[in-house]
Formats: sequence, C-alpha cells, structure tokens
Amino acid sequence: MKYIKNFWQHRYLLGELVKKGIKLKYRRSYLGIIWSLLEPILTTIVLTVVFGTLFGVKDATFPLYVLCGRLLFSFFSSGTNGALRSIRANSGMIKKVYVPKYLYPMASILFNFIIFLISLIILIPLALYCKVTPKISWLYIILPLLLLILFTFGVGMILATIDVFFRDMEYLWSVVTLLIMYMSAIFYPPEKLLNSNFGFLLKYNPLFGIIQTFRSCMLGNALNWKYIVYAAGFSFICILIGTFLFYKKQDKFILYI
Amino acid sequence: MGKEVLKVDNVSMKFNLSSEKIDSLKEYFIKALKHQISYDEFWALKNVSFSLDRGDRLGILGLNGAGKSTLLKVISGVFKPTEGTVSKKGRIVPLLELGAGFDMQYTGRENIFLYGSVLGFSKKYLEEKYDEIAEFSELGRFIDVPLKNYSSGMKSKLGFSIATIAEPDILILDEVLSVGDAKFRKKSEAKIMQMMANGTTVLFVSHSLEQVKRICNKAIILEHGKLVADGLVEEVAPVYEKMIE
Repeated sequence: MKYIKNFWQHRYLLGELVKKGIKLKYRRSYLGIIWSLLEPILTTIVLTVVFGTLFGVKDATFPLYVLCGRLLFSFFSSGTNGALRSIRANSGMIKKVYVPKYLYPMASILFNFIIFLISLIILIPLALYCKVTPKISWLYIILPLLLLILFTFGVGMILATIDVFFRDMEYLWSVVTLLIMYMSAIFYPPEKLLNSNFGFLLKYNPLFGIIQTFRSCMLGNALNWKYIVYAAGFSFICILIGTFLFYKKQDKFILYI
Repeated sequence: MGKEVLKVDNVSMKFNLSSEKIDSLKEYFIKALKHQISYDEFWALKNVSFSLDRGDRLGILGLNGAGKSTLLKVISGVFKPTEGTVSKKGRIVPLLELGAGFDMQYTGRENIFLYGSVLGFSKKYLEEKYDEIAEFSELGRFIDVPLKNYSSGMKSKLGFSIATIAEPDILILDEVLSVGDAKFRKKSEAKIMQMMANGTTVLFVSHSLEQVKRICNKAIILEHGKLVADGLVEEVAPVYEKMIE
C-alpha cells in the first residue's frame, strides 16, 4: 500500500522521464520519429535479401516473418540495454535528489516500448505487400506484447542492479544479446533447427516463444500454448528476482555510482 | 509553533573505504575466499539526534569534513542512514544543487516540467505556475533555448525559481545562496526571508557564525560526525567560537 502511494505521487515524474527519452532520442535528426518506421523496414530488406537467398527461402511471407522478429528483438535489446545503463546514466540526479530509483529502469523500458509500438505500424503495409490480408488474429498480438514487456522489465531490473556493482556487465550483455539474437530465429526459418539436436537452443529461449507467438498472430496460424506458458512463467520469475534484487540493493547504489 | 516537523533519531552513517587496492578478479576471489577483504570503516555521522518544530531555523555549524553535507543528504533522503531513522512531515526542498535534475539538451521550458516533477509537483500545477516561474527566473526569450547554451548563473536562477515556486515545509540551504547576479541575489534572499516568516522550517549550513546568528534560532555543531552541541543559537555560538580559536 505504501509503495502504491509512493508510486502514485511520482507518476508525473515517470511520465516526464518517458517523454524525455522519446523526445531526446530523435531530437536533431531530420526525419525524427519516422526513423522508427524506416529503420526496421530498411534492415528487413537487407536481411531478407541476404538470408532469403542464403537459406533459399521461397515463402512469400518471409519478409513479414523477418520484420516481426526484428521488431520484437530490437525492443528487447534496446529495452534491456537502456535499463542496464539507467541507474548510472542518472547518477547525477540520484546523488542529489530523492526519487524512487526503480523509476529510471522503468521509464527507460517504457519509452523504448512506446517507440516500438509506433514502429509496429510498418507491419501493416508489409503484410499487404506479402499478400497477407488483415485478420482478426492481428488483435491477439496484445498477448505476446504483454509477455514481451514483462520479460524485458524483469531482465532489465536484474541487469540494472548488477551493473551498479559490476560495470563489466555492459560489455558482457552486448555479447549475450548477440547470442540471444541468434537463438531467436529472427532471420532464418526455425524448423530445421527445431528438429535437430540443437532444438533446445530455441525452445529454452522465452524470447523465441514470444516472437513465434507474435508471428502466428500476424500470419493467422494456430498459437502454440507451450511457448506462451513457458514465456509467461519465465517472465514472472525474472520480475520476481529483478524486483527483489533491486529492492534489496537500491540503498547501496549511491555508494557505488 | 510546537508542532514537530523533523525528527532525526540516533542517525549514523557508515562508509566503507577500501583499504587495499584489488586489481584483478582473480585476486578478488582469492582474497574473498580467505576473508581478507577488509574495509576501513568510516563513520561520517555517529548517533546524531535532534528534532525541529515548525518554523524553527537551525544552523548547522562545523569544520570541513564534520559531516554536515552527509547529514543534509540523509535528511533529504538521498542517503539511507546505516542506523537510526529520520521522520519528516511535509515537503522538503533542498536548495543544495540547484537544477540537479536538469537535462542539458532540454530547453528551459521543458526543464521546468522535468525538474518540477522531480520535486514532486503535478503537471497541472506547473502549467498554472509556469508564467510565474519564467518571470522570476528573468530568462526572457532564453526560456526556449537548450540548457547547454546557458551560463551557470542562468541555470541556477532557473533552478531556484522552480524549487521555490511553492512554499516547502522544510527548506535546506547549503551556505548562503549565491545565485546569479547581485540583483537576483537580493530577490532570492527576500523570497527565502518571506518563506521563513510564513513558518517554513529551515536547515542552514554555514561557516559564518554571523550569518547563523542573524538567521537561525537554534544551532548544532558537528565534529567528526558527532553532535557536540545542540540548543538555542545563543548557547551554541560561544561553544563554536571556542572551537575555532
């Protein structure tokens, strides 16, 4: 109860921090927020051309498949990296005024999420280009999106805490993100890998499950509930560990930043 | 008067100064396993207690390194005390580092809303008070210029104007304010005096006994983190005079 009251008192600050993240991200670039649409579509073209030819994919919906994976993964990557740095990036403020510290990783994830939601618009023209007609199942993407933000938040809180005490985490995490990217089947069809002895690489990665669920929604395929349940459980555990760690260690942050 | 607004109860603050340098992870693990990692404990504050009523003006005296700034940071909530508790009623405004929450890429206008929300004002309230803040800060058309192009005087003027827009219950002042030019300083002093007259509780850190005598009714002296004197300013002043001789 006390925490909810405290959070409510600081809701304006959270709003301001989120707004700041969005505003500053594209300030001084000519195309501004349009980049959040342009960038994924350009990289999708590159990935489709390169990997489509490499794996010899004939499927007409392959560009859509790639774009889904790329969009979700890039939110996960920017969200966790933002949260990871959030405490140190705001050390100036933390040292001088009292503000509940969880607001910083939270704001950093939320502003990345809003930019990500805007960038989802680009899916519509690409779907039409791939001859995927709009369908009711598009609305179900709310479920994977919810899982995605919860998972990112949990991981982000853990990383934000660790980074204060162990700064090497920044470099380590960029390597781990790269690994997760390859384990998420973003620009290759997963079937071959799933049916091989290394299928666990994908199955144990909750992000893969979330991305696959999202793709199923977009393409109108049946959902695999195993993925959903696993990702939900995994996210829940991450949030539990993350908030617990953060809560236990937050009073010590100031001595290390 | 008579209503207690701030109570500092037996507060201690410990810092660990690492006594030996550990260069590598390997060394760290070996030392950790052997329980050889030792820290020099440093108590910046030790068992400090006092309480203030509404309208009290407390002068905090002490030499450099006596723990004055640490005490203020504990009271404002930036540090969590190792031992003891601080209970406070109402809103605290620390005029320590004006504009600690400013963003350099933001314009003055945007910073009013950002820093205002750091201090706990609502957006609606800030919109209402926006003109008043902008006018008090004397920034004129610079209000729409990014902060990185401000002079340091302009920044602190803006910070002061935002922080003092509403009367806080507790005001923390480190040294006498030297905000902006002579004209603005006069204006800001008048504003602080007015707040005091309206019953704001003030914590005032200074090296100048004269200032403390002029502004405060109570005083404490800190020495190596310990409270060595506490009472009315008339009682404490002679002790401090003796100390600095």
